Amino acid sequence: MEFAFTQEQAELRREARSFLESNADAPLADLRELGWLGVSVPEERGGGGLSFVDEAILFEEAGRALYSGPFLTTAILLPALPHVDDNAWSVELDGLVPHLGEVDRVLREDMTAVAAEGETLDTVDETRPLGRLSAGEHGGAQDDFEPVRLRLLAALAVEAVGVAQKALELGVEYVSAREQFGKKIGTYQAVSHPLADTYVETELARSLAYWAAWCVAEDDEQAPVAVASAKSFCAETAVAACERSIQVHGGIGFTWEHVLHRYYKRAQWIDAFGGHAAVQRQVVAAHLLD
Amino acid sequence: MDLRDTPEEAAFRAELRAWIESNLSDEIRRGRFEEAGRDWSRKLHEAGYAGLTWPKEYGGASAPYSHQAIFLEEMARAEAPPHVGVIGLGMAGPTIIAHGTNPQKQKHLEKILSTEEIWCQGFSEPDAGSDLSAVRTTARQEGDHFIVDGQKVWSSFAHIADWCILVTRSEPDSERHAGLTYMLVDMHAPGVDVRPLRQITGEAEFNEIFFTNVNVPVENVVGEIGGGWQVAMTTLLHERGTLGFALTAGLESQIRKLIALAKDKAATEVQRDAIAREWIGLQAVRYTNYRSLTTLMKTGIPGPEGSGAKLWWSEANQRVTKLALELLGPEAQLLGANGNRQPGYWQHQQLRSRGNTIEAGTSEILRNIIAERVLGLPRSR
Repeated sequence: MEFAFTQEQAELRREARSFLESNADAPLADLRELGWLGVSVPEERGGGGLSFVDEAILFEEAGRALYSGPFLTTAILLPALPHVDDNAWSVELDGLVPHLGEVDRVLREDMTAVAAEGETLDTVDETRPLGRLSAGEHGGAQDDFEPVRLRLLAALAVEAVGVAQKALELGVEYVSAREQFGKKIGTYQAVSHPLADTYVETELARSLAYWAAWCVAEDDEQAPVAVASAKSFCAETAVAACERSIQVHGGIGFTWEHVLHRYYKRAQWIDAFGGHAAVQRQVVAAHLLD
Repeated sequence: MDLRDTPEEAAFRAELRAWIESNLSDEIRRGRFEEAGRDWSRKLHEAGYAGLTWPKEYGGASAPYSHQAIFLEEMARAEAPPHVGVIGLGMAGPTIIAHGTNPQKQKHLEKILSTEEIWCQGFSEPDAGSDLSAVRTTARQEGDHFIVDGQKVWSSFAHIADWCILVTRSEPDSERHAGLTYMLVDMHAPGVDVRPLRQITGEAEFNEIFFTNVNVPVENVVGEIGGGWQVAMTTLLHERGTLGFALTAGLESQIRKLIALAKDKAATEVQRDAIAREWIGLQAVRYTNYRSLTTLMKTGIPGPEGSGAKLWWSEANQRVTKLALELLGPEAQLLGANGNRQPGYWQHQQLRSRGNTIEAGTSEILRNIIAERVLGLPRSR
């Protein structure tokens, strides 16, 4: 049993963080240039030959930086192709397609790939708009789609950890500097204890997210329940982390100019897409009780 | 990252599981903790499972921490009673190994492992709960011994203990962390009086200990006279450090029982959701413990992520036991409620769980520790 990142993985994280910090809106082509697309696809199929756990590190960092391009949807799709291609991809789930206007191709639940044609809808999270394909109903979900769905939900769980971590750090930074009644507000337990709860939940979420990513990477039989567990817990953790961070920021946290609302909206996007936490828990409950 | 047992860990687990299978009888499982527990603990020692992580020179197995984690998991899976010497094995022993003199090591360590000596902890006092630095139990030196006077509370096992790890104030006008002395006290010495403290469950798991003119030889001091605070911190580090796996193993066993109950009772959608939530939380703590354990094995220090384990566990255990009562329905007030496989089990567990957020660091103290030491927030006091 070894639950830790390798030196190489720590290095990959450092690189990703440093690039994304100043390039949160970089075009997908820049990420392709860095070798971030197809990381977990075998080399003979044009990929990086690494594991889904390595790829997960990139999803976490993309979440932390609130990267705006169709990186996650493309990356989770490439392993389903015979060979890595140069398209930007998305995937249709419950009739909704993330980044529809920014991608070339879309994979549907019936495993057909169609051109990304359709209508982009007004979406709460402006950095990750949703759209609907103009193509009619698909032919019904195929079993082959399941690995794609699991990679997608696992990637969202990991991304949620990046969001939660950033919301926590913003909160800690603010309450360590802001003074009221002659004291740093972080000294008040009514302020510090919610942040302590966020820390605990974020670490728990991180463990679940990488457990799920590892199960996906290893094609472990626990993958479906691990992914459902991680998606539900991590999304709720990210939402709560943002809510607590907004609260301890006071008025400034409620403004459009502060970055927090963007994290909050991403956290809620993650929770909704592919099924809210309570829907994921139904999968877990069925596994335990039926 | 590899979340499977290594071949070596798998072999240890298989061997342990087989040993438990052939040694854990129903009498031991159901017997009274004090007597059956001692027999069981002796068996564990004879098989080499007591003090797994203790160095070989002190009678341990010098095993990696992963073995201790596997041991706790398998014990919980088999519903085996805990070792009766938990305070000795987990707190007194490691403290003596770290700070004790050679004669102290020779006198006590082997007997802790064999359960010949049962230990208790004399830290908390009526006016020193979360704030250990407020202790008032005095130790007055007279030549080659100390005279100890005072009162301790919340002392588990004191009614069966042979020895106590005691924190005293040895410098009369000292304050806070200064002037404390850590000593090993013979519970059979004249002037030591143990009174059981009846809890809300009706049982007396904890005790008050009164010390009246108790004579403690100077050679029983651990660390420096007046340097007791640091020694006490070693004890608490061990209490909190190795706790995660034991707690998770206990919670896993509770949740397994809860699932069985829910199947008997045809849980509602809301209850199914709540059960799934608790199971997910359990996996989260379990894998967080593994992360912390990996860091511990690589660096010798557990990772900070483990600091939330006790906090999460205590609140989860409160929710899980309440959920069980809800599943029992209106009969939940009956000790022999239909579906209660052991009469009174869930009722007792639920009441007992209220102590979980108080003992071994209240939730408020644990949140302060995380806020200040992990997140680096300004100190609240």
